[in-house]
Amino acid sequence: MSGGREARVKGQANTPGEDPAPVPITADLQLRVNDRLYPITADTRESLLDTLRERLGLTGAKKGCDHGQCGACTVLVDGRRVVSCLTLTVSVDDGAVTTVEGLAASGAVHPLQRAFVEHDALQCGFCTPGQLCSAAGMLAEAAEGRPSLVSARDAAGAGGPVTLDEEEIRERMSGNLCRCGAYPGIVAAIAEVARSAEVAR
Amino acid sequence: MRPFAYQRPPTVASAVAAAGADADVMYLAGGTNLVDLMRLGVAAPGTLVDVTRAVSTAIEETPGGGLRIGAGARNGDLAAHPVVRRRYPVLAEALLSGASGQLRNMATAGGNLLQRTRCSYYQDVTKPCNKRSPGTGCPAREGEHGNLAILGHSESCVATHPSDMAVALAALGALVHVEGPAGARQVPMPGLHRLPDDDPSRDTVLSPGELITAVELPALPMAARSAYRKARDRASFSFASVSVAAALEVDGGAGGVVRDCRIALGAVAHVPWRAETAEAALRGGPATEEAFIQAAGAELERARPLPRNGYKVPLARNLMARVLADLAARP
Repeated sequence: MSGGREARVKGQANTPGEDPAPVPITADLQLRVNDRLYPITADTRESLLDTLRERLGLTGAKKGCDHGQCGACTVLVDGRRVVSCLTLTVSVDDGAVTTVEGLAASGAVHPLQRAFVEHDALQCGFCTPGQLCSAAGMLAEAAEGRPSLVSARDAAGAGGPVTLDEEEIRERMSGNLCRCGAYPGIVAAIAEVARSAEVAR
Repeated sequence: MRPFAYQRPPTVASAVAAAGADADVMYLAGGTNLVDLMRLGVAAPGTLVDVTRAVSTAIEETPGGGLRIGAGARNGDLAAHPVVRRRYPVLAEALLSGASGQLRNMATAGGNLLQRTRCSYYQDVTKPCNKRSPGTGCPAREGEHGNLAILGHSESCVATHPSDMAVALAALGALVHVEGPAGARQVPMPGLHRLPDDDPSRDTVLSPGELITAVELPALPMAARSAYRKARDRASFSFASVSVAAALEVDGGAGGVVRDCRIALGAVAHVPWRAETAEAALRGGPATEEAFIQAAGAELERARPLPRNGYKVPLARNLMARVLADLAARP
């Protein structure tokens, strides 16, 4: 399926120190975001986070640290949560990206979003889009039986869905920082959605 | 950031051909360390060869009873693999001790082994660093070295290797499969990484252009009784102060006789540190807490702590003894 969406790279590498204004090297690619295809010409240096925010107008994902340490830029690529700041756009030309804008169907609210509001799981809100995307990816991981360090030793129970208590949620969400310290609300909101998913199963 | 050409060849052969032995070309896998280093200006390749399509992501049992892990396998997938969880729990626990859920979904087995030190001078291009700019000196010896090496360091470099996974692989004696311009070869762990000596710019024994294609775990029944324990400043998502990977085989349960053991330490050296002195001291001896503390102490007799990381010596000793005692006490 990627045949028609192969990135075409243009330009030549610069030699260090040779050119005070280095010439960017670009690639033409089709980026699939929230079920929409965007034809773009991206600088090879561009992060997925910058492409989303600066080119596509999808400003939900936030630039916190830009070093993979805070989680504010978390999005889903093919259903798996990743940090978009350390993802090169040119490497995602065969992936499907979901941002916070696409978590729920257009006009709808995702259960996690509703729970975050109900549990007061934010103060300034800067980390919230990353928390939501990370939680969505994390709930899928737990439902598939993927372990965390908390549940790793329970090899006997390997494979089945993981029950998400507070310790599990805190460990699995440790890649998302909240400077306001809204953690109690964040954990409560995720726990509620996890419980209703368990009941549904 | 310096502009770079990007290509993503479909096979190992084409990736190796694309890279050649050109020092201006770097392989890219998950990008969790390399993209960050490029942003910091520490790495500035002219070409990136993305190997995520070239190398295998498969995790397969070998005819000899081992496990072959494609170098492209993501850390999160590897930690969740049922054979890893059941037969090599030390590896699953080490992987899950590292980074965050997001980063584990990106990082690969091959890339994890080749990540660079998190020494703050190495990552700061305004500071001297023998690893980044050979011959410029090592400010860490006099400066910020609270989390740096206590074993095997040199005048030129006191950095530590940051990987958790590599510590488990060193304990398990994994075989690293490599392909390069001069052909294919295998490098046994812990021999992939090297001590800094007077050339800290080289973290591993790999030659320019060599690509890790797979990591093979040996059949090691004793690894079913294994564990990874990590001491760190935060409960999660933090590099180790000290970590221990261990597997233990005891005849007669706790207080019985140690038939065999494998022990490696993390965050104490430029390499994942295989504790061969402690292993030799334990084999054939009693599986008691006293024996574990004594063996751990013997391993750390060679430690040469710096002024502000001496805490790592008792921490490593006690953590090693605790992990072994816990393994011995398991039913």
